[in-house]
Amino acid sequence: MSTLVARMAAAPPRRRAVFPGAALAGLVLAALAALPVAAEAAGLPFLVVTATRMMIFGLAALSLDLVLGYGAMVSFGHAAFIGLGAYAVGILDAHGIRDLAVQAPVAAGACALFALVTGAISLRTRGVYFIMITLAFGQMAYFFMVSLAAYGGDDGLPLSGRSTLFGMRLIEGDPALFYCVLAVLTAALLVLRRVVASRFGRVLRGSRDNAVRMQAIGFSPLPYRLTAYVIAGAIAGLAGVLLANQAEFVSPAYMSWQRSGELIVMVVLGGMGTLVGPVVGAAALIALEEVLAHYSDHWRLGLGLMLVAVVLLSRGGLAGLAAKIGRRA
Amino acid sequence: MTPLLSVRNLRKSYGALKVTDDVSLDVASGELHAIIGPNGAGKTTLIHQLSGSLPSDSGTVHLAGEDVTDLPMVARVRRGLARSFQITSILDGFSVLENVALAVQARSGSSFRFFRPAASETALNAEAMDALGRVGLADRAARRAGSLSHGEKRQLELAVALATKARLLLLDEPLAGTGPEESAILVGLMRELKSTHTLVLIEHDMDAVFALADRMSVLVYGRVIASGAPSVVRSDPAVRAAYLGEEEAA
Repeated sequence: MSTLVARMAAAPPRRRAVFPGAALAGLVLAALAALPVAAEAAGLPFLVVTATRMMIFGLAALSLDLVLGYGAMVSFGHAAFIGLGAYAVGILDAHGIRDLAVQAPVAAGACALFALVTGAISLRTRGVYFIMITLAFGQMAYFFMVSLAAYGGDDGLPLSGRSTLFGMRLIEGDPALFYCVLAVLTAALLVLRRVVASRFGRVLRGSRDNAVRMQAIGFSPLPYRLTAYVIAGAIAGLAGVLLANQAEFVSPAYMSWQRSGELIVMVVLGGMGTLVGPVVGAAALIALEEVLAHYSDHWRLGLGLMLVAVVLLSRGGLAGLAAKIGRRA
Repeated sequence: MTPLLSVRNLRKSYGALKVTDDVSLDVASGELHAIIGPNGAGKTTLIHQLSGSLPSDSGTVHLAGEDVTDLPMVARVRRGLARSFQITSILDGFSVLENVALAVQARSGSSFRFFRPAASETALNAEAMDALGRVGLADRAARRAGSLSHGEKRQLELAVALATKARLLLLDEPLAGTGPEESAILVGLMRELKSTHTLVLIEHDMDAVFALADRMSVLVYGRVIASGAPSVVRSDPAVRAAYLGEEEAA
């Protein structure tokens, strides 16, 4: 029997098909690492800016996947965390604090606190009510920033420049910011991958699938859901820090409810509960925006059609589609 | 000696309908106490009240002398009172082993651990395999739980209940929907469980109940109309009129 246990332990996790092997991951990482150089050589420097934006929203979508995909909590206010993270940078910058070593922890901490308070209230509800209440909190944060005249209000708040790291101007250039975002995204992906497979992640997934069963074996789902909500909020806050730095500008528009909706689209399009899927979903959505907007002002119509097609063809989103193709090959 | 489970004057009404009407019963440590009754007698409601998933209007529930009347289900599970479900309620997307390992995890150490992969915790897996071995599902451990047959899912329910290390197991119609062969396996299992656990069994299958029960209570319209050894209950005229008679007539 002990050999059987050992075999179980060695058995690959169920979602391995969705998570490509280490070789593929290494290949993607290498390709991304070469992108700024290649884009420069090809005379297409805007590609670096677009790719950075994709990865920033990929980070935000990744964090939402922990809540939405692994916790079955449809949060419709996730953009609020991006906005709060961005404003943490903007407001600190306005007071002369320009270092990431201060900005990033303050942003993550503020977002974690906001998530703790709003999550503790929102998570008393489920389903449509949870969607509504997270939407309401998101809108409250949005209108708070709109009315915050001291920090630009509706007009937004320009930064004095990009943040420094330990006093060094490391992310001044676009390629440098690109590598910084790539590093943060990779780290977040690796950390969350461990989190969802951990004891905590297992309880979160179990509560998603059958909360009554979990109670019957002695788990109350609430503390686990709330913890996931706080982790996701803090990570989305870091995405906000990066977004503020890319634009060198902070605006309430980052946290509008349409933004929250787009984040949900990214997660669903990429594949809920797959981590890497939502990152791909974010990249795909931004790429589609760029390409389709090039052809027509009514590009959202084309986007809608594609979304319908992906959801109908594969419940697992792009990641599910890839896994299906992988199995057939 | 105090009984392991002691229920006094338990009531639950929905409007004018008394679903649980002044129920009192004792379950001694080590016995299998069956609760039988015709459809709509309030058996499942009673299980919900005992397990804590449904609050009672009045009355008390004591577990090993401790008043658990106002404790929620999670707290009762931690005190050793676990239940299985009438409608199979397992995590279909998890492996069979993971379903059981989760129940082990619930009572061994904190689950606020974020980095170590739970699937490779050998201590959890070993205990889970023990429980699976006891219900005869060891060779199914790596399968997806949703792919099991109905009877195997009922066995898995028992393994999960076992893995909680409960002192008292409430089994809500463990034979529901099973065929004769699957029933025979499950009855054998429950006979085996009797040697180590105190069981409260709600069941429709009379053959199984009379084969297994040490004592039984008969519930009709929310009231216990008879309680005692199977031979005594079987010959009780009120029981024959209310319940067993119907069975024979049917």
